[in-house]
Amino acid sequence: MSRLNKQRGAKPKQENCLVGNKQIIAPGYCRLTLYAPLIAREVYPGQFVEVYMPPEHQPMLPRPFSVYKANQKTGEIVILFEIKGQGTRLITAAEPGATLKLLGPLGHGFPELPSDAVLVAGGMGIAPLVFLASSTDLPRTLIYGAPTVAQLACPSSDLDMPGLTILEATEDGSKGDQGTTVDLLIRCINNVGAVFACGPSPMLQAVKKISDRAAVKAWVSVEERMACGIGACVGCAVATPGGYKRVCKDGPVFAAEEVILSE
Amino acid sequence: MNKKRCQADLESKTNNDYGLTNESSVQPDLRVNLAGIELANPILAASGPFGYGHQYRELFDLSLLGGIIVKGISPEPWEGNPPPRLAETTGGMLNAIGLQNPGLEKFLKEYLPSLRGSGTKIIVNVIGCSVDEYAAVASRLDGVEGIDGLELNISCPNVKAGGIAFGTDPASTGNVVSTVRKQTGLPLLIKLSPNVTDIASIARAAEEAGADGLSLINTLSGMLIDLEKKTPLLGNTFGGLSGPAIMPVALKMVWQVAGAVKIPVLGMGGINSARDALQFIMAGARAVAVGTGLFYNPDLPAEIKEGIADYLQQHRFPDLKSIEKIAQDPKGEE
Repeated sequence: MSRLNKQRGAKPKQENCLVGNKQIIAPGYCRLTLYAPLIAREVYPGQFVEVYMPPEHQPMLPRPFSVYKANQKTGEIVILFEIKGQGTRLITAAEPGATLKLLGPLGHGFPELPSDAVLVAGGMGIAPLVFLASSTDLPRTLIYGAPTVAQLACPSSDLDMPGLTILEATEDGSKGDQGTTVDLLIRCINNVGAVFACGPSPMLQAVKKISDRAAVKAWVSVEERMACGIGACVGCAVATPGGYKRVCKDGPVFAAEEVILSE
Repeated sequence: MNKKRCQADLESKTNNDYGLTNESSVQPDLRVNLAGIELANPILAASGPFGYGHQYRELFDLSLLGGIIVKGISPEPWEGNPPPRLAETTGGMLNAIGLQNPGLEKFLKEYLPSLRGSGTKIIVNVIGCSVDEYAAVASRLDGVEGIDGLELNISCPNVKAGGIAFGTDPASTGNVVSTVRKQTGLPLLIKLSPNVTDIASIARAAEEAGADGLSLINTLSGMLIDLEKKTPLLGNTFGGLSGPAIMPVALKMVWQVAGAVKIPVLGMGGINSARDALQFIMAGARAVAVGTGLFYNPDLPAEIKEGIADYLQQHRFPDLKSIEKIAQDPKGEE
């Protein structure tokens, strides 16, 4: 915990990053490696980076991405994202050898994993949970679900980690169990140390309810449109019992009971 | 030896060729006096995007700014609007934050102390739902150490109660400005709304009521609809448009206001480069503020400062005064 607390004090840094390996891992999904030694050294699971648009495409807001992998030795970080709009298309268009400006590490990430943790990933919610899963060798389970197999974009080779059990679900049954991540969580909730979730808000709300009922501690990583990414503009608000909090600075990871999520 | 000698010759020859004198290579003077506030340079952080300065302080030294206009402060904390609060548009963005702020006392206790000694001027943006609220904040801040001026937000379109009414009518503008004027000896800027029929008449009303300067423009009112949900995209339905898309609108209004009043103008609205900033100054602004541009590029203030200095030097202007309002009142060949 002390290591995490120390890292929590890390100031965000602007870094001009060389674009490395870029792979379209599935139709519409990109895995991008960036050489960002300053960020790679300090980022911990659940934190994110803002990727600035190349100057020729200004004005456009930077796009926030959870860190998917970070390697202190090579100085590389990896982000995994769906190519969804203009911003992600432009970032995907950056070729290896080009430079992208990053700001990070940003936000409060996950606490350290206890034994028998369950990680619940809905769709692209997989990104920060892969980094989290890789942070320990303790026995842990990843529940990974999406509407169809096409949205289970994370390459299985990236999930091959010692001590990690993987349960998959698709709503149409095209891969894993037919059903949702929530169905799988209900099945195992009584034997887990804690729950760590990232995905659509209704999924997070269900995870919160199920964990609460089973008296299991749950952590959720929430998403909101962002501008500054550092807590100044208060644009990325999430409702909490004590008023609005900032996803970028107070989160993106919150204790589930801390946030009011839409169903 | 020979090589060194040649180099020296070349340098002196170059200087002679260009006829440069010692004077013209001197850095231009970027200092300006805005409504009685001595600024080291004409670039300020606009109220809102910059928060209370302590986040951006982690990205750059605040002393590179001429001043910071902190996010609007009301007597009591304001919760802000429900999300979503942001939406990107072509060339800009909409926001409906709702002036969320910690309230006056928390600002004084927790935010202001760290701003003291940051090497830049601190201007507090004041918001309120009534004339009394504006007056209460202004009165409390009068004489507080570390505050160099006030900016009255009489224009923010996000606020359903109060705010919008003051800035859209010369009489109510005059009323709130004259009331606040009695409460403070601090330099008083009035931030004007662009969502009006005749901004010059409101500017004149603020000047007559005792304003020391005018800030403009605030955001333009706008909205978007979410096609999937078939509802307004922003939690507050309406939001404020900012970013480069509004720059020509802001520039025109700065031109109009600078031509209508004698007090100095702080120009803002979509400034995203030194070239933009220089246009505002030539239209009549004494200084400029950046907001949304910081989101696109946190290095923007430094780049603008350098770009303005380069321009002045290249065109042999000794200071900013030499180009202020020059596009409206050509000063002829120097």
